[in-house]
Amino acid sequence: MIVGYDRIEGWVQPHAKVLDLGCGEGLLLSELSARKYVDGLGLELDPQKIVKCLERGLCVVQQDLNSGLKNFSDDQFDVVIMTQTLQAIRRPDIMLQEMLRVGREAVVTFPNFAHWQNRIQLGIFGHMPVSSLLPNPWYNTPNIHLATFKDFESLCRELGIRMIDRDTMSFLGQPSWLGSLWPNLFGEVAVYRIGRGQ
Amino acid sequence: MSDVLDSVTPFDVEFTTPLVLERGGLLPSYRLRCETYGSLNTERTNAVLVCHALSGDHHAAGRHHPSDPKPGWWDHYIGPGKAIDTDRFFVVSLNNLGGCSGSTGPTSLNPDTGLLYGPDFPEITVLDWVVSQARLADHLGIEQFAAVVGGSLGGMQALQWAISFPERLRAAVVIAAAPKLNAQNIAFNEVARQAILRDPNFRDGRYREFDVVPASGVGLARMVGHITYLSDVSMGQKFGRTAPRAEFESDGVNFAVESYLRYQGEQFSTRFDANTYLLMTHALDYFDPTAGDQVPLAEVLKDTQCRFLVLSFTTDWRFSPSRSEEIVDALVKAQRPVSYVRLESEHGHDAFLIPDATYQAVLGTFMARLADDLEVPS
Repeated sequence: MIVGYDRIEGWVQPHAKVLDLGCGEGLLLSELSARKYVDGLGLELDPQKIVKCLERGLCVVQQDLNSGLKNFSDDQFDVVIMTQTLQAIRRPDIMLQEMLRVGREAVVTFPNFAHWQNRIQLGIFGHMPVSSLLPNPWYNTPNIHLATFKDFESLCRELGIRMIDRDTMSFLGQPSWLGSLWPNLFGEVAVYRIGRGQ
Repeated sequence: MSDVLDSVTPFDVEFTTPLVLERGGLLPSYRLRCETYGSLNTERTNAVLVCHALSGDHHAAGRHHPSDPKPGWWDHYIGPGKAIDTDRFFVVSLNNLGGCSGSTGPTSLNPDTGLLYGPDFPEITVLDWVVSQARLADHLGIEQFAAVVGGSLGGMQALQWAISFPERLRAAVVIAAAPKLNAQNIAFNEVARQAILRDPNFRDGRYREFDVVPASGVGLARMVGHITYLSDVSMGQKFGRTAPRAEFESDGVNFAVESYLRYQGEQFSTRFDANTYLLMTHALDYFDPTAGDQVPLAEVLKDTQCRFLVLSFTTDWRFSPSRSEEIVDALVKAQRPVSYVRLESEHGHDAFLIPDATYQAVLGTFMARLADDLEVPS
């Protein structure tokens, strides 16, 4: 299951050239290929997951996202997608800029660290939050750059990135009306569609 | 239905239409020695061409007799239920032109003169091989290969296939290869060639007429080559600084690695023709689809029509992963469908021949999906 899939699908044009960063076993790309006929390429580090992608007939290149996207040229893709991975990237700011260099638009999803349950764990009980979305203990976690809706949006403003659309989901991928009213407090997963500044 | 490949029979195909060669030569007629594994389906869609590397030959898989001690050079990856599954695919393998294992080469007679070709055998390029392989495909009734597959110099042939005959293959599998040799690669080839050329028995390449063999030159060439096929790690693990085993002890040999290289060199010099070695290394050196950077690689690959699988090995320093990544980046730039894996291995360049679970899974899954897409039943 990909949190926010329906929303992401709606943002991708038919036959678009799509780059999926950290594509895992290729679930998103194979859905988008089947339903939007996209011309997709995935980047993934784990060979076992790459095998799953090959089983689905997808194109996937083994690449460490922390080494950047230097091997791609400007405007090579219509959309660059990164689901639930930004928080594990060494330099999310550089990554976002790179995504919008190789692609005209980008879609980013990440766990909202300011969700009320996280706030209770940290603010009331004084522990680093552990949840279904962030299951790892602080000392051994790939999620090294946790952020909130507000943090993300202020970074976008700083980098001159245009926010085209925004949504929030529960970690099960359900839309929540509370989340849409107060995303930073009630949104579990942030789903952003971004583009280059005007 | 599962045919164990324990009585494979090589066969020869004679070509009488002259072949004009890329570097100006001409072969009035020629022979290719081949083997096939599995069977061609009625739709003729399941053929896979396997291209060999520098010292390989047509015997890629299985055994000629059940009692043969060793199977073909890529038997780990070709056979029933293996990554290139002969229950689904019809695999074609051949000894390339200029070779010394049965196809027309320097040890053949020139039909025009009735004399041995020897050093007069024309220069051959990767493109020439690919053209001759396409003619072989015509002969076998294969209009389009499901895949053309090769490692090292074989991978370069797969790449050339995609460029020269885009409509004649559905997939190209390019393993442990490079888009062209770098100066270091050419330098090692040159040392190997000099070893042969300076052997007093080489006699300007006419050693056969004098009934001698430049064994020390060929052996030395192989020793140099062999070092570049292994990695520092694999050599360390295999030999370290240990003394040679008792049966390999001889004067001046202090370490196992020395006796190993000598043994490899001697074995090779008894089976491999010196002129063929020169020809093969030249073909490697000349390979450059960009024609000296006149055309960017992405531009050259723009009109390819097949899907690509590119594989490299972490400790390969002959054709390091970054060389494979040049191919991948160019394919991505050209918007061609490509998948790429940099496989963990300690075995250096030789890793492409050695069994490895991840390598098998990646190659096997890619090939199985290809067979599925071609509706070849499993």
